[in-house]
Amino acid sequence: MTRALEANGGPLVTEKSNSIPKSQLSDIYRRMVTIRKAEEAMGDLSLSGELPGPVHLYIGQEATAVGVCSHLADDDWVASTHRGHGHFLAKGGVPREMFAEVFGKATGICRGMGGSMHVADFKRGILGANGIVGGGIGITMGAALGASLDGKGKVAVAFFGDGAANQGVLMEALNVASLWKLPIILVCENNGFSEFSPASTVTAGEIWKRAEAFEVPGVEVDGNDVFAVWETAFAAIYRARSGQGPTLIEAATYRLRGHVEYEHTFLSKPYRTDDEVKQKALSEPLVVFRTHCLENGLLTEHELSAVEADVSAQIAEAIAFAREAPAPAVQQARRFMFA
Amino acid sequence: MARKSLIAAVNDAIREEMERDPRVILFGEDVETSLFGDTAGLSAVFGTERVRNTPICETLLTGMTVGAAASGYRPICHMMYGNFIYTGFDAIANQAAKLRYMTGGQITLPLVYIASIGGGKSAAAQHSDTVYPVLMNLGGIKVVVPSTPADAKGLLKAAIRDDNPVVFLEVGGRTGRAAEIPEGEHLVELGKADIKRKGKDVTLVAIGSMVAQATKASAQLAENGIDAEVVDPRSLVPLDKQTIIQSVKKTGYLVVADESRDACSAASYIASIVTDEAFSALKAPVRRVTVADVAIPYAPTLEKAVIPNADSIVAAVNSIMSERNAA
Repeated sequence: MTRALEANGGPLVTEKSNSIPKSQLSDIYRRMVTIRKAEEAMGDLSLSGELPGPVHLYIGQEATAVGVCSHLADDDWVASTHRGHGHFLAKGGVPREMFAEVFGKATGICRGMGGSMHVADFKRGILGANGIVGGGIGITMGAALGASLDGKGKVAVAFFGDGAANQGVLMEALNVASLWKLPIILVCENNGFSEFSPASTVTAGEIWKRAEAFEVPGVEVDGNDVFAVWETAFAAIYRARSGQGPTLIEAATYRLRGHVEYEHTFLSKPYRTDDEVKQKALSEPLVVFRTHCLENGLLTEHELSAVEADVSAQIAEAIAFAREAPAPAVQQARRFMFA
Repeated sequence: MARKSLIAAVNDAIREEMERDPRVILFGEDVETSLFGDTAGLSAVFGTERVRNTPICETLLTGMTVGAAASGYRPICHMMYGNFIYTGFDAIANQAAKLRYMTGGQITLPLVYIASIGGGKSAAAQHSDTVYPVLMNLGGIKVVVPSTPADAKGLLKAAIRDDNPVVFLEVGGRTGRAAEIPEGEHLVELGKADIKRKGKDVTLVAIGSMVAQATKASAQLAENGIDAEVVDPRSLVPLDKQTIIQSVKKTGYLVVADESRDACSAASYIASIVTDEAFSALKAPVRRVTVADVAIPYAPTLEKAVIPNADSIVAAVNSIMSERNAA
């Protein structure tokens, strides 16, 4: 955890960072479990053919979205990726509105216009999932510029993957964010795969080190450990809010599901082994959190199970809501192009 | 009335709108120095927080514009040359044009991209495109191409106040001719064509730089007894189809002049609309006066040969009106 706070060999902030208050642990777990159970259900719905479009699942990466978003208010901004359900829910998006959207229904958060890859809720500071890899980085920079001009201590967070880190826009953003000291936190979730390509085959060097050349703090953190992510985000967000500028965080994690559900139906060859996935599942975020809390007496098995049961019921309700919701009227296809 | 160049009119429009609305901000490569002069002096008036020089990074700039608009500002992003819009095209095509639609109308995106377009200065293939044909196909972007200083000022002020993404394209660069601009608040509604010359024999729809050429052509045609009507759409999205159709219904002949490559040009789109909606009024085929499907060449002799001018417009008119003239 101390490593998490080291940026290019020096401390990220001089102020001592807090750890997650005990009173927040249950809520942190609830958020992670909400993402997990929503996504597991989403996977089942995709495979059973109930969803009209593709879904890209975030299972195994929950600690990053929750560890970062726990520090954010509604008027702070986040932009997400095509794998965006986790960030949507962690930032306060409503499960039933998300499910209705992915079902393509009129009561979806985007009225059925965008689906899984475009879930957004601007009133909650969610600039949206994005179907273009790296597409959220520029948008977040604009929100950070706005936050900087507002001068009220708001911040903007761009979530993106190791694949997006190879888009040139990341270098452009680091350069401008550093020059202008923008209140942006660039969170790269390195889940090991750029679609179907292992990161080792498409990514040279370490992503967090790319920040150093722009005189931006670059930090690597265990993205499966919500305590570590929370502390690192605390420091980076403190830095941004207080006008000291951007931070690049690389959260090391692992994509337990495929790039896209149903990929097994079209892939010409496997890009990883089942054994690798099984091995990685031993240290996924919920396992890490449960073990840590139980070993340190922070939460009891009963408390953890109660959260899981409660969330399961909530997700079942959200799916029932989405399933029964009306489809959009066909006239809606011609709305919203222009204000 | 004051006489000003199009570039000076653009400068006035930005300054007036920045004075009026503190949410209007401006950024882009060298906006302080200002290659064309359209943003010169603005940083001295409004400071370097609201008027920002940026690095050369079009991919980021176009996306940052979207984010600034989504978070409550009214950004103007200067892209310098129209061809550089291609460099930053992703966020224009995939984000600006679609973010409101794909999120179910949750937000408005009041933003303007400005760029200078067109050839004639031996700037060659990567600095001379008109760019608007690809923008017109995006659906969610308004596209404005004024031909006079007065229209430029009025349209840009309206574009900055518009709650949608607008690409504002300047023709003529630094060397544009001065013309009169109305005093006081001057706004021109997007989507309203202007009849630059009234006539009854043939309709010349001309875009951007071609308006001056069509006007010149109409003087030549008048000497031969042909009374041409020159219609300037001024904005291509939205397009004032009715003014064009009404003119063709009156004249029965249409030539469209467009400094774009012919394939999927604004001219070909306008020609197809007229053949759809005013077919029975047409007394001859519609002629498009466009650039052949080549890049803009460097050598002055070659560039002059590919970019349409008054003579090529006159020739096109004669080619469809020869029967009438013979009769």
